[in-house]
Amino acid sequence: MAEFMQFLLSGVTVGAVYALVALGFTIIYNASDVVNFAQGEFVMLGGMITVFSYQAGIPLPLAAILAILVTAAIGVALNKLAIEPARGAPVVSLIIITIGASIFIRGLTQIAFDKQLHRFPAFSGDTPIAIGGATILPQSLWVAAGALMVFIGLWLFFTKTLTGRAVLATANNRIAAQLVGINTRYIMTLSFALSAAIGALAGVLVTPITLTSYDVGISLALKGFAAAMLGGMGNPKGALVGGLLLGVLEAMTAGYISSQYKDAAAFIVILAVLFAMPQGIFGRKVTDRV
Amino acid sequence: MKFAMTTALAGTLALGLGFAGEALADIRIGATVSETGPASFLGDPEAKTLKLLVDEINAAGGVLGEKLELVIYDDGGDPNKARTFATRLVEDDEVTAVIGGTTTGTSMAIIPVAEDAEIPFISLAGAIEIIDPVKPYTFKTPHTDRMACAKIFDDMKKKGFTKIGMISGSDGFGASMHKQCLAIVGDYGIEVVADETYGPSDADMTPQLTNIKNTSGVQAILNPGFGQGPAIVTRNYAQLAVGLPLYQSHGVASNGFIDLAGASAAEGIRLPGTALLVADLLPENDPQRAVVAAYKKSFETATGKPVSTFGGYAHDALRILVDAINRAGKADPAAIREAIEQTKGLVGTTGTVTMTADDHLGLDLTAFRMLEIRDGSWKIVD
Repeated sequence: MAEFMQFLLSGVTVGAVYALVALGFTIIYNASDVVNFAQGEFVMLGGMITVFSYQAGIPLPLAAILAILVTAAIGVALNKLAIEPARGAPVVSLIIITIGASIFIRGLTQIAFDKQLHRFPAFSGDTPIAIGGATILPQSLWVAAGALMVFIGLWLFFTKTLTGRAVLATANNRIAAQLVGINTRYIMTLSFALSAAIGALAGVLVTPITLTSYDVGISLALKGFAAAMLGGMGNPKGALVGGLLLGVLEAMTAGYISSQYKDAAAFIVILAVLFAMPQGIFGRKVTDRV
Repeated sequence: MKFAMTTALAGTLALGLGFAGEALADIRIGATVSETGPASFLGDPEAKTLKLLVDEINAAGGVLGEKLELVIYDDGGDPNKARTFATRLVEDDEVTAVIGGTTTGTSMAIIPVAEDAEIPFISLAGAIEIIDPVKPYTFKTPHTDRMACAKIFDDMKKKGFTKIGMISGSDGFGASMHKQCLAIVGDYGIEVVADETYGPSDADMTPQLTNIKNTSGVQAILNPGFGQGPAIVTRNYAQLAVGLPLYQSHGVASNGFIDLAGASAAEGIRLPGTALLVADLLPENDPQRAVVAAYKKSFETATGKPVSTFGGYAHDALRILVDAINRAGKADPAAIREAIEQTKGLVGTTGTVTMTADDHLGLDLTAFRMLEIRDGSWKIVD
């Protein structure tokens, strides 16, 4: 039983990381149908900027806020310099632009900072918390709480605020949104800023667990993307559930079957789910009027 | 007519310039390393070391009265590019020897080019395949994974461990060392009773460690791996309070590892490392002390960054090459090859190199020091 508990806690630790990254995909996807493949780079920037400001002597909470603000600014710059000039382009081209942007950001980071692995201290120390014969590190609870907060925030944003609804309207039909007086340019800029900020927050929270370096973005984005697809792209609830499910699935496979098949098992389940429910578990149904 | 004259003149001029270039030729050494890309944390210190040492050698009068000229390319860790650059080095740049191949992949791509052109090639990568079977023109400086396994198993045997658990990274380094360790573990009377793996970017290894911990009879754990994996394994190992002796590989032999894993979690970990890592701890009479201290000082003053084992590989490669050119008495590839093969007792940062026709690495187990982490710093235990 203690084993099962340990596998579960490991799954929650990893799953919370995936969920937090997956949540970052939500806003940009909802605003423009674009899957932003530079999302992992926002996570990486959040971690790296915090590490280097912390090393420069800035207190950790301040360094974290600085990292989130700078990354949000980079998100805005990405939209202004790369996405907006190509606004007439089909979604696929925009997705490819985000892949290019991610390579560019990675390259700049390794020149601006360095190529080494980094870490900063966990927020509440490294003393494990014992639950039912198993242990979890306090930082994992921070990540889980962070994922939950971002989820609630996003849910309120999309259902209760006018701006959130404007984001959804922009994705649905940009011209119609403009006709009813929505400033779609502003909405796009806002969505990049928010997505980048959520990504950076994820980076700040997960770095004490996963460590960070200029190239951690790709693998985090890939797992986060898989989690988002599993739960349903664009739905904050889907991102949260998809992330946790993926994490627990990996941990259980590693614990009970074999660590060799951990990734394979997770992706087989994702394929099976998407086969039965192509929109993911909580994905919205797409209906086109013909 | 006028046109023909001009062409002829230009031709003569070009020819003359060409010859002039030849006449002034320094000893040209080629290098292709991975300054950028996924292996950049290896290739970057290697490139810096080569540039630094060539400048130092030239400032001290060069080799055989001639200046060394370093032609260096960045292959980004891509074997295809490494092959292209190796071809360019031997055909266009006409170098007398090639250093490089930061990774096993790039090294294996350079080997056929160097062997065909009969140009000596000194690799900076770990795999045993590079020099086994022996190829006439190919040499290497880093010790092999198998030697690291042997050093670790030696230590385990001394402590009387017979049953161990392994948790290996599934990346190239971890997988290769895992294979090499399994191949020789039986020779030491040790049995691997639990064998787990993890992905190179995994964030939590507690399920694997829980399984190893619960396997009956495990006396010690070995973690062949590279990058963040071993640091996370170490943290999880402390989190679960596994309580068994933990061995790490030479892949994480750096001060950065202690910072990443945390000094308290890393307490008591043993791993095989090179003399370079513990330069300040070497006894006065240690033959490597002077070499290691000199390299550490010049690298750290020039770059402001701490030395790494990987830069040390490049240091040794250049030292072996310069030593061979001096003994050969001329910058001729075939003569240099002969001389490299006869390298004897050359003290480098990784160990003391003595090559033979059958051994193009020339290191033995004494090249490794068994280190233990105590109070956040290294201690030599063997």
